[in-house]
Amino acid sequence: MNPVLNWRVLYPLLAALLLLAVWLSLALGPVSLPLADTLRALLNITGLNLTEVQAQTELIVSQIRLPRTLLGLMVGAVLALTGVAMQGLFRNPLADPGLIGVSSGAALGASLVIVGLSRWITLPVVLEPYVLSAAAFAGGLLVTALVYRLGRRDGQTQVATMLLAGIALTALSGAIIGLFTYLADDSTLRALTFWNLGSLNGASYSRLWPLLVVALGVVYWLPRRADALNAMLLGESEARHLGFDVERVKRELILCTALGVGAAVAAAGMIGFVGLVVPHLMRLLVGPDHRLLLPASALAGGALLLLADLAARLIVAPAEMPIGIVTALIGAPFFIYLLIRSRG
Amino acid sequence: MLQAQQVSVARGGRCVLGDVNLALQPGQVLGVLGPNGAGKSSLLGVLNGELAASSGQVLLDTQPLASWQGRRRAQRLAVLPQSSSLSFAFSVEQVVRMGRMPHDTGMAMDEDIVNEVLRAVDAGHLAGRSYLQLSGGERQRVHLARVLAQLWPGADGQVLLLDEPTSMLDPLHQLSVLDAVRRFADHGASVLIILHDLNLAARYCDQLLLLGDGSVQACGTPEQVLQPAHLHRVFGIEVLVQRHPERGHPLIIAR
Repeated sequence: MNPVLNWRVLYPLLAALLLLAVWLSLALGPVSLPLADTLRALLNITGLNLTEVQAQTELIVSQIRLPRTLLGLMVGAVLALTGVAMQGLFRNPLADPGLIGVSSGAALGASLVIVGLSRWITLPVVLEPYVLSAAAFAGGLLVTALVYRLGRRDGQTQVATMLLAGIALTALSGAIIGLFTYLADDSTLRALTFWNLGSLNGASYSRLWPLLVVALGVVYWLPRRADALNAMLLGESEARHLGFDVERVKRELILCTALGVGAAVAAAGMIGFVGLVVPHLMRLLVGPDHRLLLPASALAGGALLLLADLAARLIVAPAEMPIGIVTALIGAPFFIYLLIRSRG
Repeated sequence: MLQAQQVSVARGGRCVLGDVNLALQPGQVLGVLGPNGAGKSSLLGVLNGELAASSGQVLLDTQPLASWQGRRRAQRLAVLPQSSSLSFAFSVEQVVRMGRMPHDTGMAMDEDIVNEVLRAVDAGHLAGRSYLQLSGGERQRVHLARVLAQLWPGADGQVLLLDEPTSMLDPLHQLSVLDAVRRFADHGASVLIILHDLNLAARYCDQLLLLGDGSVQACGTPEQVLQPAHLHRVFGIEVLVQRHPERGHPLIIAR
């Protein structure tokens, strides 16, 4: 099958979509700003003082919309890229970055801290978000490490066993989070919901840095494993016979995904379906070759997450929906469509 | 040159292959025969580094196979497994091009090689098709093209290991594919091929290795190995061995 779209056409289209999404994400919200003013404000922030903009506009763009947009870009790109990595690792186009337990582990880590803070521990309020993010990140890594350990046998990583271990630990984490939810009071419940359904609300520059470091790492490193991922699709033995150190590639893919998704969940909570649907959609458009698929997924992931966030902000404005609801509402039917389509 | 020195393989505490000695000679095709469970795939596994030998060693040139760096090894040794689990919609051309991954020969040359190997296995017309739309036999030929591309055009010192490359092919393609393998070996590469069809083995192999119950039951030229007594002992079949009227190699007929 030839790809539906040549990458020379698709890449500019995706880049244009991404720019449009960024622009809209900066301009729209409870207070809608004129598109031109948004651009001017953005130029002012970057130091190009060409024209005057209302101080309020500049403040909204620089302090609220820009960090939120950057957060959305990075979370979307990281989720989509790690989704590609997991689908390659498991040789299954229906795999999801959450499969290895990292998302639910991160949500569990965050939930523990939320409940702990509300009941037993008191921390200076400024520290709370950091502790929360750190706990989410650590939870994700811990559960992934456990899944990885369970999948090891005779010095080899059995991806099928890992998959089952991931499902089991995801269910266990879900049960513990459910228990917390059951026991929680009203305000704790709201915080828990936030983590389990995700939101880009409350983004600030100081909380962007950890994710930025991880996201740059993932964006730099994963495309360099495109050939290995292609070979892995043939089968692990085949990849080994083509000269790849398969055990090392698997370790690196798992580590990369754990770090990436851990950081993404720590920053924005659990956002489902992006890591599943975006790579799938891009594969339909450019084909399964990872050298083309990875960059396309990163661009599309960033753009689609921003658009989903716009929907989350605008549909029930001035209130906000958790973005996870939007991605699931759009992603799940689309996924079912894909299933029906592939069957026919 | 790939050689096995007194190699044994144990799986789950049971010895599945005992004390095998063999050396793959340049330019020769070695056929491995034996009933199901005789240890053919274990032999292939230990020769390609997938299985560890419980005793003895496998050498590529004079160096243990396990100590070869992956990419350098892949430039010398290619392996065709019995079946493939590829379930992504690569084009046939992309699948075959993956065989060139261990090499840095450049796009233009890789493209020439891909075209040549596809023609060699009579799959040139499939180049632009999606792998997933192919039949089982077509897929098998595409994977053979991929491992041929990995070593193409074949030279002294290179080793090709094939696990039942004709199991899903129609009669015409069984012959044309093995002809291609034969021509590839004629360029100097050593080939080991697991086969079930005794007559194909007699027709295309220089040497045969008959495995039964995890050990070598007979080894030598097709004339030496394909004898009624050996075949009765290993397969439990009664056969007549005649001579091919035109080509002269043994012809096995079940009684």
